[in-house]
Amino acid sequence: MSWVCRLYRSSLGAKYVMATTGLLLFGFLIAHLLGNLQIFAGPDAVNSYAEKLRSLGPLLWVARIGLLVIAGVHIATAMKLAKANQEARPVAYAKVTHRAVKPATKTMVLSGLVILAYVIYHLAHFTWGVIQADHAHLEEELGGGATRHDVYSMIVLGFQTWWVSASYLVALVLLALHLCHGITSVFQTFGLHHSKYACAIKMAGPAIATLIFLGYASIPAACWLGLVKLAEAQ
Amino acid sequence: MSGHDHGHGHGHAPNPAPSHAPSHAMMRVNLHIWRQKDAHDDGRMVAYPNVECSPDMSFLEMLDVLNERLQEKGEEPIAFDSDCREGVCGMCSLTVNGTPHGPRKGTTVCQLHMRSFRDGEEIFIEPWRAKAFPVQKDLVVDRGAFDRIIAAGGFVSVRTGGCPDGNAIPVPKEEADQAMDAASCIGCGACVAACPNAAAMLFVGAKVSHLRHLPQGQAEQKRRAQAMVDTMDAEGFGNCSNYFECEAVCPKEIPVKVIAELNRDYLSASLTREERKADGGGGG
Amino acid sequence: MILDGKCPTGPIETRWERCKAELKLVNPANKRKYKVIVVGTGLAGASAAATLAELGYQVDAFCFQDSPRRAHSIAAQGGINAAKNYQNDGDSVWRLFYDTVKGGDFRARESNVHRLAECSRNIIDQCVAQGVPFAREYGGLLDNRSFGGAQVSRTFYARGQTGQQLLIGAYQALARMIGLRKVTMFPRTEMLDVVVVNGVARGIVVRDLISGKVSTHAADAVVLATGGYGNVFFLSTNAKGCNVTATWRAHKKGAFFANPCYTQIHPTCIPVSGDHQSKLTLMSESLRNDGRIWVPKTKGDARSPDQIPEDERDYYLERRYPSYGNLAPRDISSRSAKYACDEGRGVGPGGLGVYLDFADAIKRLGEATIRERYGNLFDMYERITGENPYQVPMRIYPAVHYTMGGLWVDYHLMSNLPGLFVLGEANFSDHGANRLGASALMQGLADGYFVIPYTIGHFFASTKQEKVTTDHPEFKKAEAEVTARMNRLLSINGKRTVDSFHKELGKLMWDKVGMARDRAGLQETLQKIPAIREEFWKNVFVPGSGEALNQALEKAGRVADFLEFAELLAADALHREESCGGHFRTEYQTEDGEAVRNDQEFCYVGAWEWKGDGKAAELHKEPLKYEFVHLATRSYK
Repeated sequence: MSWVCRLYRSSLGAKYVMATTGLLLFGFLIAHLLGNLQIFAGPDAVNSYAEKLRSLGPLLWVARIGLLVIAGVHIATAMKLAKANQEARPVAYAKVTHRAVKPATKTMVLSGLVILAYVIYHLAHFTWGVIQADHAHLEEELGGGATRHDVYSMIVLGFQTWWVSASYLVALVLLALHLCHGITSVFQTFGLHHSKYACAIKMAGPAIATLIFLGYASIPAACWLGLVKLAEAQ
Repeated sequence: MSGHDHGHGHGHAPNPAPSHAPSHAMMRVNLHIWRQKDAHDDGRMVAYPNVECSPDMSFLEMLDVLNERLQEKGEEPIAFDSDCREGVCGMCSLTVNGTPHGPRKGTTVCQLHMRSFRDGEEIFIEPWRAKAFPVQKDLVVDRGAFDRIIAAGGFVSVRTGGCPDGNAIPVPKEEADQAMDAASCIGCGACVAACPNAAAMLFVGAKVSHLRHLPQGQAEQKRRAQAMVDTMDAEGFGNCSNYFECEAVCPKEIPVKVIAELNRDYLSASLTREERKADGGGGG
Repeated sequence: MILDGKCPTGPIETRWERCKAELKLVNPANKRKYKVIVVGTGLAGASAAATLAELGYQVDAFCFQDSPRRAHSIAAQGGINAAKNYQNDGDSVWRLFYDTVKGGDFRARESNVHRLAECSRNIIDQCVAQGVPFAREYGGLLDNRSFGGAQVSRTFYARGQTGQQLLIGAYQALARMIGLRKVTMFPRTEMLDVVVVNGVARGIVVRDLISGKVSTHAADAVVLATGGYGNVFFLSTNAKGCNVTATWRAHKKGAFFANPCYTQIHPTCIPVSGDHQSKLTLMSESLRNDGRIWVPKTKGDARSPDQIPEDERDYYLERRYPSYGNLAPRDISSRSAKYACDEGRGVGPGGLGVYLDFADAIKRLGEATIRERYGNLFDMYERITGENPYQVPMRIYPAVHYTMGGLWVDYHLMSNLPGLFVLGEANFSDHGANRLGASALMQGLADGYFVIPYTIGHFFASTKQEKVTTDHPEFKKAEAEVTARMNRLLSINGKRTVDSFHKELGKLMWDKVGMARDRAGLQETLQKIPAIREEFWKNVFVPGSGEALNQALEKAGRVADFLEFAELLAADALHREESCGGHFRTEYQTEDGEAVRNDQEFCYVGAWEWKGDGKAAELHKEPLKYEFVHLATRSYK
């Protein structure tokens, strides 16, 4: 396995790790988005989706731990790279004028940290029910005494609070920024380059990031603006 | 300057059109220059206000004139590197107003002229800044790390004599052109100086790209990528974050696709190349 | 003394083969016992260092730049000649040999030139194998172009950066040997003297330009590949660092300096824009294919060129040389520009320039075609002058570009000082009085890759030498001399900067020993140089100390050597009472201004021996015999 260590320790190896874990996390983002968008299909769709996920039991935990590890590696490698990069220029320029550096690239560490904080906040909000605890544990009557977790109401009630929606939207902007750079970079890092597709690759980051942003932002926005309402009110 | 207009209309500049002053006028600039006694000194920015120059001077000639004035006053001149002064040797290495080689795209600082600046402009002049390029004095840095990277693998292992006829292996023109695009690197180090991470990926990528596009270089393609990257890492350069600032300042405008090619070769080498004991640095 | 170049005899085609067959060899196991010092890492030095190391010799290589890749070979644009006959246009080794001898105005050795033409073919193979990205045709084969008026297409090129690509090829070969620890590289280290022990060159004295430390290195042979001396004129197309110090120091230790008066002037350079000018930039001669050269007919015509009507313009080359016109050879074209400016008809600042006008070509071919052909040159011109050559005519003026003279060497490239080999532009051997376009790169690489590896082995195998170390008293003495000279420079503490002396010398040399020379001017120069030199040693100011990076001190040492060398150059020009190639004496010309060679009296190599400070150098002659190419007069009418 020594070649694996050698690869990871090299500057390029670390980049492959960043790209691979980033890609996996991006995959999660897509799956999560598709699940969440079911809110537009009404309470039943989203609640049964949540129920199905929960019924996975140990598999869910495997997925959770997997995600945790992937995110952990992504973050740890990023920190390692950031530190090495800082050390590579011990004396700063008195004056710096950049020609090409884009805001999304410059703020990768910052946007990454904000996303991390947001993920914890998001988990505290909807998974652990620490934030807005009053509507975190609503149950939906299914008749026959059976109930299931009323995810739909939790989300809608949550996003009806303006500062909750606003904080989600801010975090999503940063997520989009992070993806802008990340997606295009994956191609460069794996050496997927061809002059014929260079332009498409360059546009892929911003385009996909925008789609992800619109998809996710549509949920708090719709709740906040009252386009998606509680079941009782329908 | 002879106070004589060249006698033709002002040529307009096709490249980023600096609106230059008419060439008969003298101009003044306020310089802030990094002075550092030797490698162990901390160094500091020193102001040289009101330096008179002509718009027709090259940037380095402006410094030559300043150095003459300093010496006439009994002071030590500012040390800076230059040699060919026609943009190909790669020796000159000044960061001007925060951009390596200064404000003109695709131009080394030796070919930058004062007409690219305004009368009265504040100009900051600093050395390349990177841990791998330690400052030796004032604006002079040690770029030996680049030579060591090339010595690790930036070559084709052929010895003199016994080579097949030049036309024995046809090389498609498109491939030869791509090789030449990358081979035009002058090894100045502006890519490192400009990169927010002080990474040397454009330099290493240029050599890997140059040789991977030629059949003669393909035999060692994987070994080369590994050896050069390993040496690059050991020299203390930073990592590539795909800022692409290197491409923007490269005086030879080498594209970042060479970095993609390096990434691809290093990945494939790491995953597929069998490592042998006698594999250490050096030749083949 | 009559010098013997040790050229083989017999049929010219087999001389080099026979010479190689007769050379003694060093046993492979013994090669590592020999150490070679190579000074300079341009095409000749880098290729020699790499090749000698591949053979198994221990090599120490030195360059004053921060990396061997920066040597000035890098700036050559046009290409490299090789007698490959890939174009099937009748080229051959013989034709390249013939062209080079004729182009050198019959002042080069036939044997050397023929060997050069033979090696030219191997060079291309070697460089292709190294990964030099030569231009290719669509079929994948190497492309050629015709260059410098040659009647065959034999020039190989890599865009406008052939020198760069060839140098990088040689540099990479050298880097490979450095990586394998077969070569020890000393960058930023300047050679300041040769150490001679028992009449044999056994080492050098160097200064580490960063720490300032002076040290000595011993070896079994010393190879100088330190380039030409064009910077004696201060303004030239050479890099700022190019200097005569290594060859001049060797000369003062006994090596003969041959033909220093042969200096080549290039007609298409960007003119001087003011007193601040630090160097001149060459633009490819190919511009003359489409540009028309002219000056106003009347003196001091200050109108802008578009205001000067056609009948008030003098297209002087087209007028005087109707068949060659604007493509007249370099020396004729250069001199004609000088005459026009001397008459007061020059254009631009100081009246030192002539127009190179593309208006007709743009009208005829369209701007797009011109852009395609010369776009990069036009951009470069615009960058430097701030003028757009698509709209206003370019201004050009000749500049010193290459020096054919150099240390005298025999057929083995060894100087008269045993153990001292001299390669590339630093020697005098292959170009005679004038170098053809695209031949400099060829010579540097032929010497380094294909000549020195054979001849140095013969030297080792045929001379028995005891080992010396740097503890030898001669090393101590040479080191002490170098240190003393450095300290003397630092202690003068005068009022004038080093550059001011260099500029003064350069102006004098350019005015009197430049494109056209005459007896009175040369005599005047020979009187003035000692005066400048004397003032230099009394009144130069060299700030800082010797124990640190000190660029003023580096320059001071080089200028001090130029101040001595310049006198030899002028003396050689004065003694050579003929006009040939890069040496034009106004007394020796036809009514039409053509050079008049004197084969009766001057068909020899003039090699000068240093006789000590304040004493005139002694001339030694190596007669030149033309057995295969008959002496003839050039004509470009």
